[in-house]
Amino acid sequence: MANHTATTADAPHFWETEPHHHEAGSSTMLGFWLYLMSDCLIFAMLFAGWGVYGQSAAGGPTAPELFDLKLVALNTAMLLFSSITYGFAMIAAQEDNKRATLGWLAVTGLFGAAFLGIEMYEFAHLIHEGAGPQRSAFLSSFFALVGTHGLHVFFGMIWLTVLMVQVAKKGLIAANTRRLACLSLFWHFLDVVWIGVFTFVYLLGSMQ
Amino acid sequence: MLTCPCAPATRLATLAAASLALGGCDMVVMNPSGDVARQQADLILWSTGLMLLIIVPVMVLTVVFAWRYRASNEEAEYAPEWNHSTGLELIIWSAPLLIVIALGALTWVATHTLDPYRPIGRIAAGKPVPATQRPLEVQVVSLDWKWLFIYPEQGVASVNELVVPVDRQVRFRLSSSSVMNTFYVPAMAGMIYTMPGMETKLHAVLNKTGDFEGMSAHYSGAGFSKMRFRTYSVDEAGFEKWVSRAKGAQGRLDAKTYLQLEQPSEDDTPRQFAGVEQGIFSRIVNMCVRPNQPCMTESMHGMHANSGLPQPTNNAVRPRTPPAFDRAPGEDVPSPRTDAAGKGASSPARTGSGAAANRETPTQKGE
Amino acid sequence: MSDAVYQMIFGRLTLDALPLHEPIVVATFGVVALGGLALLGLITKYKLWGYLWSEWFTTVDHKKIGIMYMILGTVMLLRGFADAIMMRLQQAMAFNGSEGYLDAHHYDQIFTAHGVIMIFFVAMPFVTGLMNYVVPLQIGARDVSFPFLNNFSFWMTAAGAGLVMASLFVGEFAKTGWLAMAPLSGLDYSPDVGVDYYIWALQIAGVGTLLSGVNLIATIVKMRAPGMSLMKMPVFTWSALVTNVLIVAAFPVLTAVLAFLSLDRYVGTNFFTNTLGGNPMMYVNMIWIWGHPEVYILILPAFGVFSEVVSTFSGKRLFGYTSMIYALIVICILAYLVWLHHFFTMGSGASVNSFFGITTMIISIPTGAKIFNWLFTMYKGRIRYELPMMWAIAFMLTFTVGGMTGVLLAVPPADFVLHNSLFLVAHFHNVIIGGVLFGMFAGINYWWPKAFGFKLDRKWGLVSFWAWVVGFWTAFTPLYVLGLMGVTRRLRTFDDPSLQIWFVIAGIGAAIVAVGIAAFLIQIAVSILNRDKLRDETGDPWGGRTLEWATTSPPPHYNFAFTPVVHDLDAWHDMKSRGGKVPAEGYMDIHMPRYTGAGVILAGLSLVSGFGLVWHIWWMAGGALLGVVGYAIWHSFDYDRDYYVTADEVAETERAGRVMAGA
Repeated sequence: MANHTATTADAPHFWETEPHHHEAGSSTMLGFWLYLMSDCLIFAMLFAGWGVYGQSAAGGPTAPELFDLKLVALNTAMLLFSSITYGFAMIAAQEDNKRATLGWLAVTGLFGAAFLGIEMYEFAHLIHEGAGPQRSAFLSSFFALVGTHGLHVFFGMIWLTVLMVQVAKKGLIAANTRRLACLSLFWHFLDVVWIGVFTFVYLLGSMQ
Repeated sequence: MLTCPCAPATRLATLAAASLALGGCDMVVMNPSGDVARQQADLILWSTGLMLLIIVPVMVLTVVFAWRYRASNEEAEYAPEWNHSTGLELIIWSAPLLIVIALGALTWVATHTLDPYRPIGRIAAGKPVPATQRPLEVQVVSLDWKWLFIYPEQGVASVNELVVPVDRQVRFRLSSSSVMNTFYVPAMAGMIYTMPGMETKLHAVLNKTGDFEGMSAHYSGAGFSKMRFRTYSVDEAGFEKWVSRAKGAQGRLDAKTYLQLEQPSEDDTPRQFAGVEQGIFSRIVNMCVRPNQPCMTESMHGMHANSGLPQPTNNAVRPRTPPAFDRAPGEDVPSPRTDAAGKGASSPARTGSGAAANRETPTQKGE
Repeated sequence: MSDAVYQMIFGRLTLDALPLHEPIVVATFGVVALGGLALLGLITKYKLWGYLWSEWFTTVDHKKIGIMYMILGTVMLLRGFADAIMMRLQQAMAFNGSEGYLDAHHYDQIFTAHGVIMIFFVAMPFVTGLMNYVVPLQIGARDVSFPFLNNFSFWMTAAGAGLVMASLFVGEFAKTGWLAMAPLSGLDYSPDVGVDYYIWALQIAGVGTLLSGVNLIATIVKMRAPGMSLMKMPVFTWSALVTNVLIVAAFPVLTAVLAFLSLDRYVGTNFFTNTLGGNPMMYVNMIWIWGHPEVYILILPAFGVFSEVVSTFSGKRLFGYTSMIYALIVICILAYLVWLHHFFTMGSGASVNSFFGITTMIISIPTGAKIFNWLFTMYKGRIRYELPMMWAIAFMLTFTVGGMTGVLLAVPPADFVLHNSLFLVAHFHNVIIGGVLFGMFAGINYWWPKAFGFKLDRKWGLVSFWAWVVGFWTAFTPLYVLGLMGVTRRLRTFDDPSLQIWFVIAGIGAAIVAVGIAAFLIQIAVSILNRDKLRDETGDPWGGRTLEWATTSPPPHYNFAFTPVVHDLDAWHDMKSRGGKVPAEGYMDIHMPRYTGAGVILAGLSLVSGFGLVWHIWWMAGGALLGVVGYAIWHSFDYDRDYYVTADEVAETERAGRVMAGA
C-alpha cells in the first residue's frame, strides 16, 4: 500500500477543478444509523441489567406472578402494526403521494398511542399492586428497560407529529423524505428492541 | 515497618536504582514478611525482568536513533522513502509476542498458585504446611471506619487489632457492613475487597513475628484515611496469651454491640471482645444483624462463587415484604452514617424465609 | 414562606449551599469572579460580544469549534491542576499527627474533581478539539458531516464543565472518587448534591461526546477527498476513526450506568443498593466496560499525533503504515476485553483473572509495534528537533515506562499488592501525562501555525517542555516508590513519618509542572505578541506531508478552494514532489452551512435543567427540558441552513490569503 507511486508519471491532476455536486445530507443516513447503534448499546446495557437482576425479586412478586401475557401480546400487536403502517407511509412517500403519506403516518401515530396507553395501564396496574420499581432489583430493571423503550416511543411520537406538520407544510421535499427515512429507521429499531423485550422479558420471564 | 536511616539526599539519588533494585530501604511490598507477599514480590521482579528485555533496547534505540539521525549529522544515512521491511516487521511484532507468551504463562501459573481463595501450599519456601496444622480462621468485617476481626474458634473478637500466630496459615473470610473497602496488610499478602452482602476470602501467613501495618486500600468515605489497624504476628504462646487477655476484656460481640459498633466513627483505639455471639458473621454477610431483619436466604460468596465471567453476587432473595415507598423521589433519606436508625430499621418486621432461592447455591472452590 | 412553598421554588437549595464559611472556597470564588468580571468587562469595553457571538459561539466551522475545545481544555486544566497542587500540598503536610490543611469534606471532593475534570474536561476536549480541527483538513473536506451538531456537541461539553464548576461555589462536588463507585455513591451513603452534580455533568457532556463521535465517523467515512481510500488515509485520521468508533461503542455504557445510578438516587430503584436485590458489583463492571475503552479513546489520538510528528520531522515516510493501522484496530477490539483487570482484587476466580490479565498483556503487542514503528521512522531520517519532535521523543521514553508498569499491573498476583496503591496512581499518570498530554502538546505546537498562521515561540516552548518532563518525573517517581512501600491512594493523613520526604519530592515535582503550565501560557502570549516575527508565510512551515498543509494558514473557512485529489499516502508530500500546483483561477461556488445559535441555546437549557435536577428544583428542570424539546422542534422548521460562497468571494479570499502568506 505504501508504495511510492512514482509510476503514475504523467502529471496527474491533484485538484478537482470541475464543479462537483456534493449531495446534501449524504451522510445523514449513516450518521443516524451510527446514533441508532449507540442507542442499541444503551438497550444492550438495559438487557444486561435485566439478565443480572431479572430474578432478584428480593422476596417480592416475581415475573410469572406479575406479567399478563395477553395484554402484552395485544401491545406487541399494536407496535408491529404501527411498523407496517409506517412502511406504507414510506411507500406512499416514495410515490410522492403526500396525502397518503400523511394518512399512514397518522395511523402509525394512533397505533403508537395505543401502545403507550396500554403500557401506561400496565405500569399503573403494577405500581398499584405494590410492584413498583422500588420494590426489588427485578422490578427496577423491568421498569428501566420497558420504560426506556416506552420513552423512546413517546419521543418517536413527538417526532412523528412534528414531521407530519412539516410534510403538510413543505411537502415531500428532499429534506423531509430524509427525515422520514430517519424516523423510519428509528421506528423499526424500536420494533426490533420490543421483540427483544417481549421475548426475553415477558416470555422467558413468565416461564421462570 | 522498618524505618530507613538513609538521608533524603542519598535517597533521591538512588531513587531510580532503588525502585528497580528493590534493596530499597522500607519497601514493604518488595521486602514482605509473609510468604504469599514474598511470592508476589518475586513475581513483580520476574515480570519486570522479562519486560526489561524489550523495554531497555527500545529506550536505548530511541536515544541512539534520536542522536544519530539528528538533522545536523550529515554523515548519517538518509533514506526518505524507506518505509517497509518485512523482516523488521516480523521482529517488532514477534518480539513483544514472545515476551507476552512467556509472561502469560507465568501469569497463568502464578494467578492460580496465588489465588487468594486457595489455601496456601506452603508456609515458606521449602516448608510445606504441616499436615496436622489447621488454618486459623479469622472473620473480617470492614465498618465505617474501622476493622472488626472475629476469631470464631477462640470465641473472641477485636477492633483495629489483628493478631495471628507466626508461621500458621490464616484463612480470612471477609465482608463489609456498608460500602466497599479493601483489606490490605502489605507485609503479609495482597489485598482483597470487602463488600457488603458478599463474602470474599484470603489465605495468607506471616513468617516473622512483629508489628505490621494494615489498612483499607479502597476509598470508603470521610474516615477512610484513619481506617488502619495493627497486625501483630506472635508465636503460639503469645497468641494464646492474647486470646486469654481478650477473654478477660469487657463486653461481648453480640448483635447489639455490633449495631453500636457499626455506627460511623474514626480513629478507634484497639479493643477486644471477650465473647462472640454464635453465627454473627454469617448474619453480617447476610445483612440481617438488626433484630427482625430478614436474612438473605442465600449468601453469595463474591464473584468467585460463580465460575466464568463476573456475575452478580448480591442476589439476595428475601421474604416478601409489603411495598415500602419510603424513598419517595426527592425525599432526603437519612444516611446510615448520620442516622442511627438507618433505612433498614424501618423495614417491616418479617419472619421466616418463605421465598426459596431460585438459583442453585454456588459451590465454593478451594475448600 | 412556608417550607413546602420554599421547597417548591428552590428545591433543596438553601443559603447554606453557598460556602460562605469556607475561606479557601470564598477566596477562590473571589479570584474567579474578579477574573471573570474583568474578562467580561474587557469584552464589553471593546465591544466584542457581537464578534464572539457571531464569529465563535454560533460557528459551525470545525476549525473554530476545534479551537474552542482546546480553550475549554486549557481552562479546565488550570482548575484540575489547582486540585492536584492542593492534594500534593495536603499529602506533604499531613504527617506526625497533623491533619494538614484540608478536612475530609474538602479533600475528598478535590481528588474526585481532579480525576473527573482531568479526564472529562481536559483530556477529552483536547483530543476532540484536535480531531475536530485536523481531521476534515487532512481528508480534504470542507467541514464535518453535521456542522450544526458539531457546535451543539461542543456546547454540551462546555455545559457539563459549567456544571462541575458550579459545584465549586453552589453546594459541593462528589466525595466518591472519579468513578463514583456504588454503593458509596448511592443515596444511602452520599445523600448530598455532590454525586448529582457528577451524574448530570457527565450525562450532559456525554451527549456532546457521543454526538461528536458519530459526527467524526460519518465525516471520515463519507467526506474523504476523491482518491483517498481507507489505506491512503493519514494515520492521525485513522486514529481519529478508531477513537470515535470507541466513543460511540463505549459512551452509551456510561450513559446507562449513570442512568441506573440516577434512578437509584431519584426514584428509589435498587440497581446498586446493598439490599432488595441490588448489586454494587454490577456498577463496577459497567463503569469499567466504559472506563477501559475510555483510556484508549484518550491515547489513540495522541498516537496519531506522534505518527504525524515523527514522520514529518524525520523527513521520512512513516515506517510500517499498514502495521500501524492494524495495530490501531487490534487495540480497538481488545479495549473491550480487558475491563476486569481494574478489579482483580474483588475475588474473581484465578482463571477469569488470568484471562483478563493476559488479554491486557496482548494489548502491549500492537502498542509495542507502534513504538517500534516510530523508532524505525526515525531510523535513517533527518530529525529536526522542533518542539513537536521533542515532545515525541519525551513521549517515547516516558510512555514505555508507563506501559511497562501497566503490563506489570496486568499480572493479577502483582496487582494484588499494587492495586489502589500509589504505584497504580503513578502508572496511570505516566501513561496519561506521558502519553496523552505530551501528545496534545506535540499536537498544539505542530498545528498551531496552521491554525493561526504563525509558529509558537521556541524559547518558552522549551521551558514548558523541560519543566513538564522534569516535573513529571520528579512528581511521579516518588509515587512509584511509595506504592512499593505499601502506601495506597486517596489518603488524607499518614502515620509513618518516613514517608514524608517522598511526598515532599512529589510536591516539588508538581511545582515544576506548574512552571511548565505557566510557561505554556506565556509561550502562547509571547507568540501572539511576536506573531509578525513568527509568521509562517508558506502554509507549510514544517515540510508537512498531509493535506492540511496544502492550504493557506490559517485556512479559509471553506478549507480548500478546490477539492484535492489523492493519489498516494502522504498526499501533500506526493503533490509537492510531483509539482502539483494549487490552481490560482477558475474558482467555483462553494456550498457551506450557516452559523446558528441553536447549539448554545440548547446546551444552555440543558445546563439549567441539570442544575434544577441537582437541586431538586423540579419546575426548573422540567421547564428547561421542555425548552430543549420545544426549541429543537422549532429549530427543525428552519430549512434554510446553508448558502453558497460565490466564486468571486472565493477568489477574493484566496487572493487575500496568498498576500498574507507572501506568495
